[in-house]
Amino acid sequence: MNRRTVTILATVAGAALLLPGCTGTGGSTKGADAKAPDDPAEVSGTITVLTVRTDLVQDGTMKKYAAEFNKTYPKVKVEFQALTNYEAEIKIRMNTDDYGDVLLIPAVIKKDDYPKFFASLGTAAERGKKYRFTDFTTVDGKVYGQSPVGVMPGFVYNKRVWKEAGVTEWPTTPAEFLADLEAIKTKTDAIPYYTNFAAQWPLTSWTYVDGSVHCDPQATTKLAEDDPWAENSDLRVGDTLLYDIVKQGLAEKDPTTSNWEESKPRTAKGEIATQWLGTWAIIQFQDAAKKAGVNPDDIGFMPFPAQTDGTFCATVGPDYNQAVNVHSPHKEAARAWIDWFTDKSGYDQDNLAISPLKDAAMPEVLKPYEQAGVKLIELDDAAGAKVKLIDDESEVGIYKPEYRQDLVDLARGAKKGSLDDFLGGLGKKWTETQANVSD
Amino acid sequence: MAHAHTHTPAHRTEQTNSEAVKPVSKRVAPAPAPRRARTWRLLTPWLFLLAPLALLITFTYAPIANMVAYSFTDWDGVSPELHYTGAENYTEIFTREDLFQVFWVSGYYLVASVIQIVAALYFATILSFSIRFRNFFKGVLFFPSLVNGVAIGFVFLYFFQDGGTFDTVLGLFGYHTDHAWLGTPASANVSLAGVSIWRYLGMNFVLFLGAIQSIPGELYEAAELDGAGRWHQFRYIILPGIKPVLTLTVILSVSGSLSAFEIPYIMTGGATGTETFVIQTVKLAFQFNKTGLASAAAVVLLLIILLVTWVQRRLVPDDRVDLV
Repeated sequence: MNRRTVTILATVAGAALLLPGCTGTGGSTKGADAKAPDDPAEVSGTITVLTVRTDLVQDGTMKKYAAEFNKTYPKVKVEFQALTNYEAEIKIRMNTDDYGDVLLIPAVIKKDDYPKFFASLGTAAERGKKYRFTDFTTVDGKVYGQSPVGVMPGFVYNKRVWKEAGVTEWPTTPAEFLADLEAIKTKTDAIPYYTNFAAQWPLTSWTYVDGSVHCDPQATTKLAEDDPWAENSDLRVGDTLLYDIVKQGLAEKDPTTSNWEESKPRTAKGEIATQWLGTWAIIQFQDAAKKAGVNPDDIGFMPFPAQTDGTFCATVGPDYNQAVNVHSPHKEAARAWIDWFTDKSGYDQDNLAISPLKDAAMPEVLKPYEQAGVKLIELDDAAGAKVKLIDDESEVGIYKPEYRQDLVDLARGAKKGSLDDFLGGLGKKWTETQANVSD
Repeated sequence: MAHAHTHTPAHRTEQTNSEAVKPVSKRVAPAPAPRRARTWRLLTPWLFLLAPLALLITFTYAPIANMVAYSFTDWDGVSPELHYTGAENYTEIFTREDLFQVFWVSGYYLVASVIQIVAALYFATILSFSIRFRNFFKGVLFFPSLVNGVAIGFVFLYFFQDGGTFDTVLGLFGYHTDHAWLGTPASANVSLAGVSIWRYLGMNFVLFLGAIQSIPGELYEAAELDGAGRWHQFRYIILPGIKPVLTLTVILSVSGSLSAFEIPYIMTGGATGTETFVIQTVKLAFQFNKTGLASAAAVVLLLIILLVTWVQRRLVPDDRVDLV
């Protein structure tokens, strides 16, 4: 390095120290409201709606929703922007004022900051009467987002394959579940369980066993206050099951080169028997079945193998919540879209999903759940923000794929160590951070 | 002075100066120009530099300055609030062992870059002599450098898949393996480093080829007349002739190995022990929303690379090469 390089470096470093933190979006608009319009015929403006559903924007489905919306709100023009890598792209755009009029609340935004980024949709007391999941976006009594669909974690499975293996009843304990997978392995050609290790995010769904193991609506609060991997806790039960599945050779042979898109038709055709995902996946697997020319009715859905007082439990939670940009010049129009999309669009039925409206009926695919008397619970999300904070601060990543990838590697023998040590280590990191994170 | 006729004018002045022969043209001090003309003369180069400098500052130095500024804060990447935390992020980086462990992975890429340089040098030497289908082979070797890195990642994911292309090819030679190529840390890293050789070999090859071809052809003729074989030609003409390019390539390879990113990120996402320092930094910034800490990590990487470069320049000084 000659003298000139040193000078340049010194200049850069000097400039850096002089630079003020130029990231503020300003607090002046904090706490704005997006009121529902009084007269649908009068509200006007062009609004941009950000979405993750690239597929629906491309095939024109979103346009059809907009056309339907225009029948009630003729003066509002709706435009869509589909982001493929939503979380990463939106995070950068959130540093400006220009992040659409209606957007999905990204995971990166801290709950306390919601009033700085989004306009309120009303009070929790008022919205809670009609809608589910309001407490997931409530800050100081005001609600900032609304999910158009509810989702429920569970096993997507091929009914035909499970029947061929001689299993007709849903397993009620992890041990029974493992025995059933073993039966599938010996009696059929199917891969009993598919981890989707390479796609990474499917592994994160294992965190959503939380609540269903012990049928506890306070499960999220427990994550914030206790060790999530304590003996017999929900996450430990879930992670142990995943470990055992891989350890006993009931998963695909080479998880590192698994393929998510391929796994859909393969499950539909019965080459793969089971995957732990969520209700949102059902329609995608049925579509894959139609494309592959096999019976879409073979796609089944079952709850986590655990019972409390003789009944299965399943948690219902929100998908991405829609919110109004606090900087939007057309807040009324944006609000109108969210209300219409949640209440009247039929988006939930089109996706065979659970309606966000409290009085709506369950979708047809969940009939077996009603017959089996599965108890549906909604988790209390009061401590949700704290859990996220601990998660980021400790770098454990219960909503991220890494630790489950390590878990699978551990089970396959690609990583050394014991399950107890591994989960114990995570618990230690988690509880140590807990002490440092204030509410 | 047998080769005097090949010398460029620049050479000549240099030589005549050093040999203290009478200068070819007598230097006449220019008459002082009027002030305005002088100002213009001073300004003109800067006017030409305006566009590149603006681009360089906007897209290189301003972001670096910002990054350095963030490295002293606890910013999460979106929040309107950020706090100055002093050197806390740097302390964390140097006190947390796990953050530096990932550098062991760079070892695989370092070994790979040695293989890569040797192979590139070998091919460049062979193809600089006239052999049949020379241009075809040049094209074949350079082609991978033209393909987008993301595409390469996906292609090789299929290549290493269970029962994928690699297994099929090995099967053709009667070698039936049942190996998960990305399955264990060692095998995964070797596979990924292999992909990176495939990807960057062409670039090194082209650099070497260009350098070798700039060596005057009559040197080989003279050497051949003196009875030098191919090896001696390589050892005493090519190798010293391309030394500056070789040093540059080594520096680029070392810094490239330390900052390996796109191939492992796309193919494994850092799973199964293939996480590199840059992947770890990206994860800190975009997954755990620790933009401050990640910026500090990036600054540390930058300093490490500058240090390594400096040490290398010290060990191998950039002497002027003079073959004639």
